[in-house]
Amino acid sequence: MLYSEKVMDHFRNPRNVGEIPDADGVGEVGNAKCGDIMKMYLKIDDGVITDVKFETFGCGSAIATSSMATELIKGKRVEEAIQLSNQAVVEALDGLPAYKLHCSVLAEEAVKAAVKDYYDKNGIAYDPDLLCGGDCESCHEHDEQ
Amino acid sequence: MIYADNAATTKTSAAARQAMVETMEKTWGNPSSLYMHGQLAADALEAARRKVARCINADPREIYFTSGGSEADNQAIVNAALQGKKKGKTHIISTAFEHHAVLHTLERLRREGFEITLLPVGEQGLVKVEDVAAAIRPETALVTVMFANNEIGTIQPIPEIGAVCREKGVWFHTDAVQAAGHLPIDVKAQNIDMLSLSAHKFHGPRGTGVLYVRKGIPLLPLIEGGAQERGKRAGTENLPAIVGMAVALEEACGKIEENAAYVSRLRDALIDGLSKIPHCALNGAREPRLPGNVNFCFEGIEGESLLLLLDEKGIAASSGSACTSGSLDPSHVLLAIGRPHEVAHGSLRLTVCEENTPEEMEYIIKSVEEVVAYLRNMSPVWKELERGERQYVIQ
Repeated sequence: MLYSEKVMDHFRNPRNVGEIPDADGVGEVGNAKCGDIMKMYLKIDDGVITDVKFETFGCGSAIATSSMATELIKGKRVEEAIQLSNQAVVEALDGLPAYKLHCSVLAEEAVKAAVKDYYDKNGIAYDPDLLCGGDCESCHEHDEQ
Repeated sequence: MIYADNAATTKTSAAARQAMVETMEKTWGNPSSLYMHGQLAADALEAARRKVARCINADPREIYFTSGGSEADNQAIVNAALQGKKKGKTHIISTAFEHHAVLHTLERLRREGFEITLLPVGEQGLVKVEDVAAAIRPETALVTVMFANNEIGTIQPIPEIGAVCREKGVWFHTDAVQAAGHLPIDVKAQNIDMLSLSAHKFHGPRGTGVLYVRKGIPLLPLIEGGAQERGKRAGTENLPAIVGMAVALEEACGKIEENAAYVSRLRDALIDGLSKIPHCALNGAREPRLPGNVNFCFEGIEGESLLLLLDEKGIAASSGSACTSGSLDPSHVLLAIGRPHEVAHGSLRLTVCEENTPEEMEYIIKSVEEVVAYLRNMSPVWKELERGERQYVIQ
């Protein structure tokens, strides 16, 4: 099978789908031209992610990685959430096919972009190295290949 | 399961299966052997060759059995290139939306110094005969244009292109993998010099196909090593598959009009039903189109997730999205007809056959409607389109 049972479970029954109208941080990464866009909404109280929702345009693994990423950061402190690596998302999903790994990178970037938006909106200083710019064009890797 | 991916492969027919088993039980000798058991196999091989030849109005001596459509395409093109090169002809004409068996072979020849012209196919996915005529030069060695496109099903003006090639003295090859057994083929009336077909697209077995080469065209083997196929294709013949293919082709050609009429009705019901989904578009001209081919783009969603959810509903279909091809770009066919990348990712191909039913079409329409709505509801692209923050590509 192409995907693990975990991936299929998160694809079939994605957790935390939707939008948060009064979100404290919103991040969108990806590019429609490449076939995947992820948008992440965070509700943050006292530095804790109390709610998270996502919207994704993309393939099965894009939806599954978004869903898993939301589960992994829900209830965590923002400084913990930005430590989320794409590898952690892949491991939590029991693996992804090699050519789908970029979906997990997008999931990581979507979380970071949403946190960056929260920091920017609230004037919170941060180490830019910890966060990607939020405009990470997933297409770069496509263009290079 | 509702199988709606007949352009990918078809279920082997009962008659073909039976003929294959009988061949394995009774005629399993090597057709090259001189004793009776070998000669019975040789007889079965020649009977299959006559059947295939009759189905496309060729002479049996013009039929070469291959491992399938890809090998036949490779051999037809490489042969024409090698023969052309001897006479200083190093230009080949084809189209932008051929199967990769053709395009990749041409790409290899381009790297080896051949000049390749890929004609545009326009929004409708149809090659213009005048474009072919205008592209032909004194150094043109070959024109190769598919009979019908494998993704969008559009049928090309083959007899007319063949006539232009005849007039200009250029060999004409057609990849008829999607057409054989579904559309009438007459290599003489349609001015075809070389033609490829593949058994498993018309309810025959996999791993076998045919290269037709008109008498008078010299042919070099791709595979060396034996005198099989009159020295043009080495390797002990896959007789059970060849016999199965001949039975399946004869069966398909015997019911070609009846099947086309029935399958076209299924196709039209699908096209009409799916067209009601907002912001979708049929890919390729509605006519002339293969009887069983339906291909749509749905704006705001991605094809792989669409396929996976249809699979959950018991529907087997295919898509031209990058994610389903394992490559980074969406279908070259959809790009060739001018679909932008973001829309090409949201494509769905349904290819039906005479074993499908009108009830199945209704179920497919309902299921696609549901799945498209579900995916759009979680798509940030669709939300932006709805809010007017992004322009619809498909109105």
